[in-house]
Amino acid sequence: MKCKKCDTTAVINMRQHKLALCGEHYLEWLPEQVERFIEKYRMFTRDEKVLMAVSGGKDSLGLWDILHRLGYHTEGLYIGLGIEQNYSDESRRLSEQFAAARGLTLHIVDVEDEFGATIPELSVISNRGHGKPCSVCGLNKRYIMNRAALEGGFDALVTGHNLDDEVAVLMQNTFNWAGGYLARQAPVLPAHDGLIRKVKPLCRIYEREMTAYCLVRGIEYIYEECPHAEGSTTIYYKEILNRMEGDRPGAKLQFYISFLQAKESGLFANAEQHVELHPCERCGQPTSAPGDCSWCRMWEKVKLAKKTVTMLG
Amino acid sequence: MATVKIKYRNKEYEVNAGMTVRDAIRKVGLEPETVLAVMNGQLVTDDTIIREGMEIKLVAVVSGGALPSPSGRGAGGEGEHYEM
Repeated sequence: MKCKKCDTTAVINMRQHKLALCGEHYLEWLPEQVERFIEKYRMFTRDEKVLMAVSGGKDSLGLWDILHRLGYHTEGLYIGLGIEQNYSDESRRLSEQFAAARGLTLHIVDVEDEFGATIPELSVISNRGHGKPCSVCGLNKRYIMNRAALEGGFDALVTGHNLDDEVAVLMQNTFNWAGGYLARQAPVLPAHDGLIRKVKPLCRIYEREMTAYCLVRGIEYIYEECPHAEGSTTIYYKEILNRMEGDRPGAKLQFYISFLQAKESGLFANAEQHVELHPCERCGQPTSAPGDCSWCRMWEKVKLAKKTVTMLG
Repeated sequence: MATVKIKYRNKEYEVNAGMTVRDAIRKVGLEPETVLAVMNGQLVTDDTIIREGMEIKLVAVVSGGALPSPSGRGAGGEGEHYEM
């Protein structure tokens, strides 16, 4: 197959766009697309300073590379979660290596060093998540990212959620008719009540495209999946969606764009819920819970449990 | 008929030379949308014909953990931001 732009051998064929490109033109094309969506959804400008949430995976490292190439003012945030099987150590090494090679600033928050337990330990002690640390992990990441972005004076927090992530969530929420969640899903979550603006520049980029970008660009990323991701709902929905995409190229993109259009026309307006937020009495971060936020309550449990162990020991 | 080895994660498969990468991906039980093919270190499109002597590695593109919600009925992801 030939590159549509220069007639040399193509390295990727994007059936959903009826477009095949060689490596050189692909490395030009993808950043142009990302910039188009940053502008279309008014995510941020070159005058603003944004914090890129980095996991060491293909999406966040690939996106950080693109934003850097496009000349945006970015700094990175890596959260050390303490995931077993060398997963966190390796993802941190790759994130640090990436930032150092480009002279970019990477902020690191190590959960165990800062707060006293790894995420898997926290999940067991707090007894949340039905034996899986994913919900505890999500809560901690959201909390730490928001706090770091606000304290660092950033204008927005950037995450590497790609189109496949977005449609997997969309499909799950559609199957459950989870109106409140559908009403909130968007490329941009505006800042309000102590929450930083959150943006997803890859919301219309397939994860296949991000993998190809990293391979062609030579970006080393963590290839192995988080050991806790096995059997996850996201992967389940992604498998179904990829079967549909195989039969009908563009199905995922069409699902997402149609959703955004339906949302724009007010289809989910009645499902929008206004949640009253106020500062947590302990840490000051926004919460919908009365008194202390669930993050503070969770870590308070850990402190108590560790104190009890020390006393008994 | 000559066969060609295909590597995917820690597994190795053998397919007949002469078929396209896309057919080979299906042959080993994978969905073409979920992998990219690297041949002799180069990313290739899936219409590429597999020839004897080639080394093919399939790279998984799918990643993602659970996106749980407190209610268990919906997936919040980033939209769940106020649950702090």
